[in-house]
Amino acid sequence: MPQAAGALHTAPGIELVGAEKWFGTRAEPVFAVSETSLAVSPGEILVLLGPSGCGKTTLLRMMGGLLRPTRGTIRVGGNDLWRAGGRDDAVVRELGMVFQDAGLFPWLSIEENIALPLELRGVPKAERLERARALTRLVGIEDFGRRWPRELSGGMRQRAAIARALSYDPHILLMDEPFGALDAMTRDAMNLELQRIWLQTGKTIVLVTHSITEAVFLADRVVLLSPRPGKIDTVVPVAFPRPRAVDLQATLEFLAIVSALRRRLEQIS
Amino acid sequence: MSAPRPPQELDAPRFTLGRSLPWITTPLLLAVLVLGWHLYVEGSKISAFILPAPAAVWASWKQLILSASLWQHTWATVYETLAGFFWASLIGVALGVALARLRWLELTLNPFIVATQVVPKVALVPLMIVWFGFGFTSKIVIAAILAFFPIFTNTVLGVKSVERGHRDVMVSLNATRWMVFRRLELPSSLPYVLTGMEIGIVLAIIGAVVGEFLGGNTGLGYLLVAKMGAYETDALFAVIVHMTMVGFLFYFAIGAVRRLLIPWHESVAVEQASSH
Repeated sequence: MPQAAGALHTAPGIELVGAEKWFGTRAEPVFAVSETSLAVSPGEILVLLGPSGCGKTTLLRMMGGLLRPTRGTIRVGGNDLWRAGGRDDAVVRELGMVFQDAGLFPWLSIEENIALPLELRGVPKAERLERARALTRLVGIEDFGRRWPRELSGGMRQRAAIARALSYDPHILLMDEPFGALDAMTRDAMNLELQRIWLQTGKTIVLVTHSITEAVFLADRVVLLSPRPGKIDTVVPVAFPRPRAVDLQATLEFLAIVSALRRRLEQIS
Repeated sequence: MSAPRPPQELDAPRFTLGRSLPWITTPLLLAVLVLGWHLYVEGSKISAFILPAPAAVWASWKQLILSASLWQHTWATVYETLAGFFWASLIGVALGVALARLRWLELTLNPFIVATQVVPKVALVPLMIVWFGFGFTSKIVIAAILAFFPIFTNTVLGVKSVERGHRDVMVSLNATRWMVFRRLELPSSLPYVLTGMEIGIVLAIIGAVVGEFLGGNTGLGYLLVAKMGAYETDALFAVIVHMTMVGFLFYFAIGAVRRLLIPWHESVAVEQASSH
């Protein structure tokens, strides 16, 4: 075993070995993701990019333990996510998921939403609310902790969703088009926020997007997926130093990567 | 340089119409209505047996509320309504949760539920009186039968409309079955259940009153029929007004429960924005 359980404390990565996903029935099978092998390094930002139907969300949901791969293995920090009996809950604890529509519970205040994962783990109320308050500061919504989710803008709700995923300090963040529903300005701001949080926390991040600019801006590596069935087409390393500023998006080097990806995307979709 | 001054063309601070308007219009409209009623009775010389003057109804109501018997009748109707509503809520919510969860149970029971839905339920009133007698029990059963369906169907709808994305959140957080119920399914379906209860309480009153029409010698429904039989139309009107007041009390009680239990919900937010 290269990594014992104790090694989890150094931000573990994710490993997919021949992971494959089928949906539907034997009569009408749907091949969603074909045999995929991929290693996400500890502490890196890996972006899954692709046209609709390329299985990027399916891939992410498999990594997050929401879907069981039909074949193959998924390891988090060297430990199998799925065992014979089912999902290994101890491994899932290393994962924090952020969904496209934030998925906040409207009947909980922002603070209670952020504290929910801690409540599920039995952390006492005072302690978990204090942690939630600290997280509202980290994601920049400290004035809105007592509000209902419906009183916040889309961008703020998404910040709260990120704070909720960070509340129990998982080593890996899995984000499914987290900023897809936001306007372009808010999206840029959120990308900077995410980079700041990443620099501050050193999490491993896997992010799904259909925005090429967002992918190149955030990623250490962009994984381009092709559809029907979903499979890895190309892996593009992005070597710009961090922290990256929005201005980077106007440089020739940045645009060169973006247009190369766009050309390839048009060919495969 | 001084700060830029806003132009005079801007609207003056708006008088918050939405909040205070009903406090003016409601008494005003009521007054107009009563005045129109008064003038019509005066002008047309219509028989007091058909339409008594508002003053006569007022006098009759004052006399009624001073009598002990009115309050006995009121408590009887309130008791039957609340007891019926209680059983309807208990059975409606329990059965609704079970049916929404268990697909086979839903498929098995659905034809019967549809059948019982289409039966005009007041047709069961005489039967209930034959079965349960002229006392409180028959009225409670009738009130419960009427209140049951909206509570039941809304519960099924509520449990079924838990958002998939919210379930994903709970699954990704390793939530236990109990916590999924406590923190997701229960609060998520509560607005639906309360809507069912809002309709249910009104139907429970109808059930109790219709039951009283047919059997027994207590309750506001009985009082109505008695006043009709005695040709006391002014008292008949007074009882109707009295029942309306009781209905309002129930309505406001459910509204208060709603504000207490689901302050996060849109329906409460809309209410607060328009009334406070």
